Amino acid sequence: MSLLKVSNIVAGYGETEILHGVSIAIEEGHVVTIIGPNGSGKSTLLKAIFGLIKPKKGQVLFQGKDITGLAPETVVRRGLCYVPQSSNIFPSLSINENLEMGAFIRTDDFRQRLEEMYLLFPDLAGRRKDRAGTLSGGQRQMLALARALMLDPALLLLDEPSAGLAPSMVGSVFEKILGINRSGVAILLVEQNAREALKLSSWGYVLASGRNQLEDRGENLLNNPDVARLYLGG
Amino acid sequence: MDLSGIIGYLTGFAIMAVIYAIFCLGLNVHWGYTGLFNIGIAGFFALGAYTSALLTTASPDPLMFEDYVFGGDLPARLGFWNLGIDLWFFIALMAAALVCGVVALFIGFLTLRLREDYLAIATLGIAESIRIIFLNERWLANGSKGLYRIPKFLGDLVSPQHYDYLYLAAVVTILFILYIAVDRAIKSPWGRVLKAIREDELTTQASGKNVFNFKLQSFIFGAGIMGIGGALYAHNVRFVDPITFDPLLATFIIWAMLMVGGSGNNKGAILGAFVVWGIWTGTQFLPGFLSDPNLRYVMTGLLILAVILLRPGGVLSEERVVSRLSETRPGDASTET
Amino acid sequence: MTTTSPRTQRLIPKWNASYSVVAGFLILLILGFFSIIKLELMVNGLFLGAIIALGAISLSLIYGILNFAHLAQGDFMTLGAYIALFLLGTLLPRLGLEGAGLGPFTFGYPVFIALPLAILAMAAIAIGLDVTIYRRLRRRGVSKVLLAMTSLGLAIALRGAVQVIWGGDTYQYPRLSKEFYQLSMGIRIPPDNLFIGAMTIVLVVVLYLFLTRTRIGKAMRATSDNMDLARVSGINTENIIKWTWALSAGLAATAGVFLAIFQAQLLPIMGWRLLILLFASVILGGIGNLYGALVGALIIGVAAEVSTQWLNPAYKIVIAFVIMIAALLIRPKGIFGVKD
Repeated sequence: MSLLKVSNIVAGYGETEILHGVSIAIEEGHVVTIIGPNGSGKSTLLKAIFGLIKPKKGQVLFQGKDITGLAPETVVRRGLCYVPQSSNIFPSLSINENLEMGAFIRTDDFRQRLEEMYLLFPDLAGRRKDRAGTLSGGQRQMLALARALMLDPALLLLDEPSAGLAPSMVGSVFEKILGINRSGVAILLVEQNAREALKLSSWGYVLASGRNQLEDRGENLLNNPDVARLYLGG
Repeated sequence: MDLSGIIGYLTGFAIMAVIYAIFCLGLNVHWGYTGLFNIGIAGFFALGAYTSALLTTASPDPLMFEDYVFGGDLPARLGFWNLGIDLWFFIALMAAALVCGVVALFIGFLTLRLREDYLAIATLGIAESIRIIFLNERWLANGSKGLYRIPKFLGDLVSPQHYDYLYLAAVVTILFILYIAVDRAIKSPWGRVLKAIREDELTTQASGKNVFNFKLQSFIFGAGIMGIGGALYAHNVRFVDPITFDPLLATFIIWAMLMVGGSGNNKGAILGAFVVWGIWTGTQFLPGFLSDPNLRYVMTGLLILAVILLRPGGVLSEERVVSRLSETRPGDASTET
Repeated sequence: MTTTSPRTQRLIPKWNASYSVVAGFLILLILGFFSIIKLELMVNGLFLGAIIALGAISLSLIYGILNFAHLAQGDFMTLGAYIALFLLGTLLPRLGLEGAGLGPFTFGYPVFIALPLAILAMAAIAIGLDVTIYRRLRRRGVSKVLLAMTSLGLAIALRGAVQVIWGGDTYQYPRLSKEFYQLSMGIRIPPDNLFIGAMTIVLVVVLYLFLTRTRIGKAMRATSDNMDLARVSGINTENIIKWTWALSAGLAATAGVFLAIFQAQLLPIMGWRLLILLFASVILGGIGNLYGALVGALIIGVAAEVSTQWLNPAYKIVIAFVIMIAALLIRPKGIFGVKD
């Protein structure tokens, strides 16, 4: 049984339909990347999975249970977390408070998890009381990851974690993602930086115009000349 | 009431409804076509009425107007008497529009670059300020006692008992002219930009239009129409005092009219004015507590709420001018992927 | 309403240098005018400012979470004051709870029963209105201008309801006239004002602790920062919105009761009249910024009261409006600059 199985999702904003029936699956502990040109519906797919927009048709199964169309605040209780592409931190809250919000639904004592996050992201540890809005772009991305990891999810949905980062930061973000995956968290990744992302991935999907275009093992996609020409920048 | 009494009543009713319809047209330019949230109509109403009244009312009698020094005989002072009071009526009408336009320029210049609700607060503030200034500055317009004996338009042309018919014809003509003017403006490229701003300001900005200028022009245009409405009111009732410009009768009711009629539709704006003014004046004939004037407050508020909740388009919703292919619905603008 | 909006309004920002500068400037200004302005007006202006501050903070809470101008906030104040009037003048006396002139104050101990009850009643009314009106519109995804329009309709209806129920006459809470405190330099302060000032300080501190120390309070600030991200984190934002309405309406009711005590009268239009002062404070301080609303309110309160030394008291609203216009000219984002 797949950890997450998305079948024939149709979704969009208002009257505008973006996804015309997309299907993907991800197994426990794996990294899966979705690539595709701008406007192909990659981010929309993540939003539809997480309930930020309601799918018009199709089904989302997580750990065998139907979560189609559930509100995000309900979805997060099922053990999957989501890091949006932009505005993915609470800028006026302190770094510590951001992590507390990540653990909002936990009723147990999460202080140990908090310390683990500061160990994993040492940049944040020294600035616990600072407002998150004062962080640099790379640090914000780290905080966004840490916030989502507070719940120790089985699956993490990441929307373009390297977007807008300085090239020097991109490598360390991917390094963290790999580290997170090694600790047992499955990751569904949407990336512009397709080459880097596919290197980490066991499986990849290519979306185009809101439809499945192609799917294969990560390295096969990397070596596929058509994919390279169209989506990997030559 | 005999037949002539009924006709007389209906004529008086129609004059007020037409004047309110003019305000609705002005508000439609602001809200219906550009999305500008003006909740200080009372301010433009008052400015229009006072401007016209001050320019046309004959030299004040010092016994009746205690501290009042300004205006009144301004035409005489300028030596323009030979133009005749009726030409003055038109000049006063233009002046009312001009004064409102200048105030709108000031308010709009300050707020239209900012979040859209700043305009609401600023218009509310200017309306209250204007009312308070007219109330407390007796030298300006006789303070709380107000201005009276405002002259009739073409007053000597017909006998007093037929004057209302003449005035009704006059206000209908002006409404017609303004209707054509607004309609032309809205269907012009200028008007299409306004609608584009209302639907999606960022995209309009991105396509190279100076959104601020367009909004400012629309705000001044609508305010000028409201000024004309205020002036027509002054010459109808022939008495203005600060209490006239209470927000209920001078702002809220006009909003209710536009919302009921259908914002973004000029015919709807006029229809709404007649319907709501009909309900408003009609409730005084109701028995018992239903004729309580305070209940009209509740009714006006609930009417606005009901329209927003149940029939957002009003009775007549907006006419579609653009082709159906390029039609987009407001609120669906977010297509980020 | 699906996309994440990059909104960085700060419900509670950190105290920074610009605040100290402004505070210092304020003190200088006050000291500078020492010999010119009646100190009494300035002191009592602070108390008026305290009432405005409660209202402005309640308005700012709605701005922060729901991001629209809630024009019915003044009428929430009015309704809160009249609910307290019903309790103080009618219901509580029937239960044998009656009194006026407690210690140095004009009012009696029943105020301490009526105020919490009025707060609870207004909180319930506000939540009810949200469920029946605002929530429907939110789900429809309407613009914030239409939400403001709706609140205008609500404001008119609420004021009308107050007039239908209580009539247009002026009322008072049961009261006994009391001696003013005589301070040096010819300052006279009604003891009631000290009560209002002290209660305001307590409420502001409690609100601060609530927003920075409690789970719900932090979630409220998170929701204000970014509603979609709050939902993604598992925060039930509909619940947070209910909390916001309850807090906001409770503060508005308190401000209304205090205003009725301050002016020693109730009028159906009292809240609507104050609305411009509330908005002037909010805009002066920077929309959605609670500290800003507090400081803005004190400036507006003092300026309005001090202006009565030269101007007709009716011009208080005009003064507030002029300050607001000046603020828009000089610093459109408010003294404490809010990005939006």
